[in-house]
Amino acid sequence: MEFKFTEENLKKIDNVLKKYPTKKAAVMPVLYMAQEQNGWISNEVMKEIARILEITPQDVLGVVTFYTMYYQKPMGKHHIQVCTNVSCMLRGGYELLDKVKEKLGIDIGEITDDLQFSIEEVECMGSCGTAPMIAVNETYYENLNVQKVEEILESLKNRN
Amino acid sequence: MEKIVLPDIKDIRQINVYLNNGGYTAIRKAFSQSTDDIIDQVKKSGLRGRGGAAFVTGLKWSFMPKVTDKSKYLCVNGDESEPGSFKDRQIFEFNPHQLIEGILIACYAIQSKTAYVYIRGEYHKWINLLQKALDDAYVKGFIGERMKETFGTDFYCDIYIHKGAGAYICGEESALMNSIEGKRGYPRVKPPFPAQNGLWGCPTTINNIETLTNVPPIINKGWEWFSKIGEPKHPGTILFGISGHINKPGVYELPSGTLLTDIIYKYAGGVPGNKKILCVIPGGSSMPPLRGDQIEGIKMDAESLKLAGTAIGTGGIIVIDEDTDLTKVLARISKFYHHESCGECTPCREGTGWLENVLNRIARGEGSIHDLDLLVAIAGNIEGNTICALGEAAAWPVRFMVTRFRDYFEERVSKQIDLPVMNKVHSMRHTAIPVADIKI
Repeated sequence: MEFKFTEENLKKIDNVLKKYPTKKAAVMPVLYMAQEQNGWISNEVMKEIARILEITPQDVLGVVTFYTMYYQKPMGKHHIQVCTNVSCMLRGGYELLDKVKEKLGIDIGEITDDLQFSIEEVECMGSCGTAPMIAVNETYYENLNVQKVEEILESLKNRN
Repeated sequence: MEKIVLPDIKDIRQINVYLNNGGYTAIRKAFSQSTDDIIDQVKKSGLRGRGGAAFVTGLKWSFMPKVTDKSKYLCVNGDESEPGSFKDRQIFEFNPHQLIEGILIACYAIQSKTAYVYIRGEYHKWINLLQKALDDAYVKGFIGERMKETFGTDFYCDIYIHKGAGAYICGEESALMNSIEGKRGYPRVKPPFPAQNGLWGCPTTINNIETLTNVPPIINKGWEWFSKIGEPKHPGTILFGISGHINKPGVYELPSGTLLTDIIYKYAGGVPGNKKILCVIPGGSSMPPLRGDQIEGIKMDAESLKLAGTAIGTGGIIVIDEDTDLTKVLARISKFYHHESCGECTPCREGTGWLENVLNRIARGEGSIHDLDLLVAIAGNIEGNTICALGEAAAWPVRFMVTRFRDYFEERVSKQIDLPVMNKVHSMRHTAIPVADIKI
């Protein structure tokens, strides 16, 4: 499926390019824009970005596969990220992860049939002082326990 | 006790409140002096980097070439991905303008016209907060070309945010530069050092967020004042982030050299249920851990911690109580470094996986006494054999945890059922071609 940036995003790309002396340097911010527009980074997206930034599609692929925050497959509308690194682990991060898995009936890296939820086990999110935590898309939920996670998931389900 | 980085002033994050409290006066003062004077003052203040290596900031700035026909760059490291470290987000949230002012002074001192603030991709909220502060400062003419009118100088600079995308390695300075250039975040071989050959081959300085936030007060109040706070060899206040088994986790700004036990018991309210402390990691998960009975009398500054056999790192203290399974904690730490190893150097790419596998085996209760020596040997083969410090970051916690808690780990592996003789680590490495098919 062909991918084209919206007019608005093309203007944004022009602004981003002003920040850097080379076009290649804009690849990370432009990938974020594409992901916001398309939901994930497909081969077509990478080809289009390569065309705009005058680099090879392989350059873009290299960046996409190196960083964890570019998704190479569609994610749920609510992408649940559970931190299980040391500080969260000590305060119950794995219990939260188990609860999220049980509640949604899917495993890490999977997506629910209605495409609403996906789960990712993430590394330290910088919330050690407010552990344990989960992040839903871009929003942090901190100082959690199993009950609170249930409430968050419930409210997300009802929002649909 | 005076707070330098996160002062107790309500709404100081707003530009007007910051201006009413002496904001953007340090940059005016700086512009009235020569760049050498600024670097000299920062050097004399004794300010040391807060990102982990504790390098003297003024000295780093002085490495920048005075005469060059290339552009110069400043990178500000807000990648903050070290487990246990969560200090920079407090600065983005509560005192962004002091950071911006610090960046401006640093840019002036090294004569850089462009500064990139690298912030980890997960920090959407804090990126937006800093962007708002930058926009406000642009409107007031404190950043960008309008600086010429505002301050009446020839110098101006721009500050841009570069958003990371979830790679721990990009906190390493040369990987960070590759990431800004739009490449995979692989560390570069040093030398050449960034001051000679950095971003796009140009002279570059990289400083931590907290380091630069300390600069405006040094210029305003003088280096003598700063150098008298805390320990003389590592002066100033440090943002200590404390987490894990603790009653009041959070970030505490305290003078360097504060006793570790004071931070734990006096400020952070001690351990829940008054349990004993089994282990403390004093500076983020990559630093050598201390036994619970080693922490008495230890001061939190770079030199004192070095004497105690560990390091200050990012000042992220993780407290682990006696009821915790330490093998699981160490296995989790190793999982992190395995996940985050960029794969550039073989010892780290392979070794971190081995460490994780062996530690998982011990945590599952299937380890043997030989595994402990194996772990120390693998760690020793990673350390010092890699381009960047991620090798050490992965090896230190394992090597020091296993040696300092030898009795604990020995007890765990001695309970074991008998194991097959073969070494599981090596058995996991399959040859691509069946041995019989190889013709000599």
